[in-house]
Amino acid sequence: MDYATLLQLLDSTLRLATPLLLACLAGLFSERSGIFDIGLEGKMLAAAMSSAAVAFLTGSVWIGLLAGIAASMIFAMIHGLASITFRGNQLISGVALNFLASGLTVLIAQAMFGQGGRTPPLVGAARFERIDLPFAEALQDVPVLGPLYYEVISGHSILVYTAFALVPISWWVLNRTRFGLRLRAAGENPAAVDTAGVSVVGLRFAAVAITGVLCGLAGAYMATALQAGFGREMTAGRGFIALAALIFAKWRPVAALWACLLFGFFQALALRSDVVDAVMPVRVPVPVLDALPYILTVIVLAGFIGKAIPPRAGGEPYVKER
Amino acid sequence: MDRLPRWADVVLVPMVSLFLAATISAFVLIGIGQSPVEAFNVMVEGALGSAYGWGFTLYYTTSFIFTGLAVTVAFHARLFNIGGEGQAQIGGLGVALVLLYTVAWPHWTLALAAAALGAAMFGAAWAAIPAYLQARRGSHIVITTIMFNYIAAAFLVYLLVDVLRPVGQMDPASARFPEGTALPTFSEIPGIRQFYAVLDAEGVQRVNAQGELMFTGVPANVTLFLALAMAVVVWALLWRTRLGYQIRAFGMSEPAARYAGIRPVYITMVAMLISGALAGMMSVNNVMGEAGRLLQNSSEGAGFIGIAVALMGRKHPLGVVLAALLFGFLFQGGAELGLRLQIPPEMRIVVQGLVILFTGALDVMVRMLLTRTFSLFRSQRAGAA
Repeated sequence: MDYATLLQLLDSTLRLATPLLLACLAGLFSERSGIFDIGLEGKMLAAAMSSAAVAFLTGSVWIGLLAGIAASMIFAMIHGLASITFRGNQLISGVALNFLASGLTVLIAQAMFGQGGRTPPLVGAARFERIDLPFAEALQDVPVLGPLYYEVISGHSILVYTAFALVPISWWVLNRTRFGLRLRAAGENPAAVDTAGVSVVGLRFAAVAITGVLCGLAGAYMATALQAGFGREMTAGRGFIALAALIFAKWRPVAALWACLLFGFFQALALRSDVVDAVMPVRVPVPVLDALPYILTVIVLAGFIGKAIPPRAGGEPYVKER
Repeated sequence: MDRLPRWADVVLVPMVSLFLAATISAFVLIGIGQSPVEAFNVMVEGALGSAYGWGFTLYYTTSFIFTGLAVTVAFHARLFNIGGEGQAQIGGLGVALVLLYTVAWPHWTLALAAAALGAAMFGAAWAAIPAYLQARRGSHIVITTIMFNYIAAAFLVYLLVDVLRPVGQMDPASARFPEGTALPTFSEIPGIRQFYAVLDAEGVQRVNAQGELMFTGVPANVTLFLALAMAVVVWALLWRTRLGYQIRAFGMSEPAARYAGIRPVYITMVAMLISGALAGMMSVNNVMGEAGRLLQNSSEGAGFIGIAVALMGRKHPLGVVLAALLFGFLFQGGAELGLRLQIPPEMRIVVQGLVILFTGALDVMVRMLLTRTFSLFRSQRAGAA
């Protein structure tokens, strides 16, 4: 494998890791507050459809992005209603919302555009354009680092840089602010939060809302930046890979970045089976690469690579003492 | 909070949930510019209005009984098995291996028994790893079973493309199963097949070139009776055996069960193995009974529908059978919607999601609603007296 191929691989790793990272951080906020969310996939899908449809109709990707976040937010609030207000089973709620999103997106896209459940292809201002970072052209000829900067780091859409910027921001919010401390406490020991006079319900709804926004970004990125339009089931299990990354990262933001980059790299490899064949001594079937994130997650869950301990009150509805 | 009378808990709660899901589905239909009344008529007509429609409805029902029972058994041990989809697909692999690579089966009954056993064993084996990880290492069963769905799908793609695909065949599928292993469908079973007679203009049954009577082919097959038998077996297991008692006790309260000498590891393993076996057995219906070979994504989401069926059926085999029939109707009716009204078949997934939402996650809301209503009546009666 030569340097140019490696750069191409890393470039697509960043692009493919971005939706995973956004969804992973989304799940992080929710689960740290004690609300399990296996509905990341559905929220991404809803956001992808809504953002692509609105971006096509208005011709503005920014309005599309807002529509994507709104759609994701509606799903997040239903999840909040079911699992916080009505103390329902959070896992079942997530499963239900995934199905709802899977069906509704196709139905609505079909009713709006009549193109077999897809949205029309997005062009021009209806998509996120690539951004060339300063000096990328000029530094291109610097050996080794120049091409790395030009090919891999520069030339992505604004959402890619947003996703990576959100990693330190999430870390700071969770670990260095009062809100973050309370949010984590709500996920570990909600009774203590309640005793301190802080509303567990309010904190958890805030966390679920953040999840909605971040999943909205992830879905909008899928439809308006990574690809040009919505197609049925276009998230293709990324919500679950993000969930896997979250567990792999043991519910920590910076580790989530590395986990998502790793899983993004696997996805990039699965697209380039010629590279895998050239590097590996034995032939690796593509399905093995597809399954790697899931296999790794099971190994992590089994506690063979450090123990993944979820937030203690995760999945448990909080019942105030009466 | 007041308790609901038992009949309300068993009958009214699922009915109200179903009503809410149906109402929202109607609004969805209006939203995409369709008439809910017309859609409902088309569904009833297409799924229940003819023997032909029933032949498809009952085919889907068969699959959903298996996956619904699978989720039910796990639920009773307070385990949420979302892996029915993967277990069913691996069960299909078991069916294919038994039919293709063992002996030549002399009769379909023997082939059915062997294939059902193979499917159950493969399905159970696929559930065994998540079960073991839950029991011994505390890995959350929901996440591991989801992961195993994806691993199963990737594994089958590999097997069908690289291993099981006969030389020279283009599509990723196994070879066709031997002739003698085909299960009798409803158009071949004496007594039932009369409903599927192909009649000519005068109402006389038509005869083909070989002089045999002609019947319309439908996918529903003898597996339905196996499914119904399994429903009885699951009922007997859960409410008439020591093991069933232990499973339910464990599900009600793990500390109490532990105190009573019930081993958590053992119960978790056994409940999940039974659950996986039931999900795997679904493949007898679709892989052996319908397709006649192993295809990619053979279970077509039936593993997930099992969740809705188990919740709707209130985790009781009788309820599961009824809920499976409802979803069979929904599935076949949904296909008719696509053919006749150009409503995408995804409408089925929307209804499925709504049913899971209302019966599973918003259960408390429905219950609160009913309890309020009931206490209203009670206080009135008390006031009158």
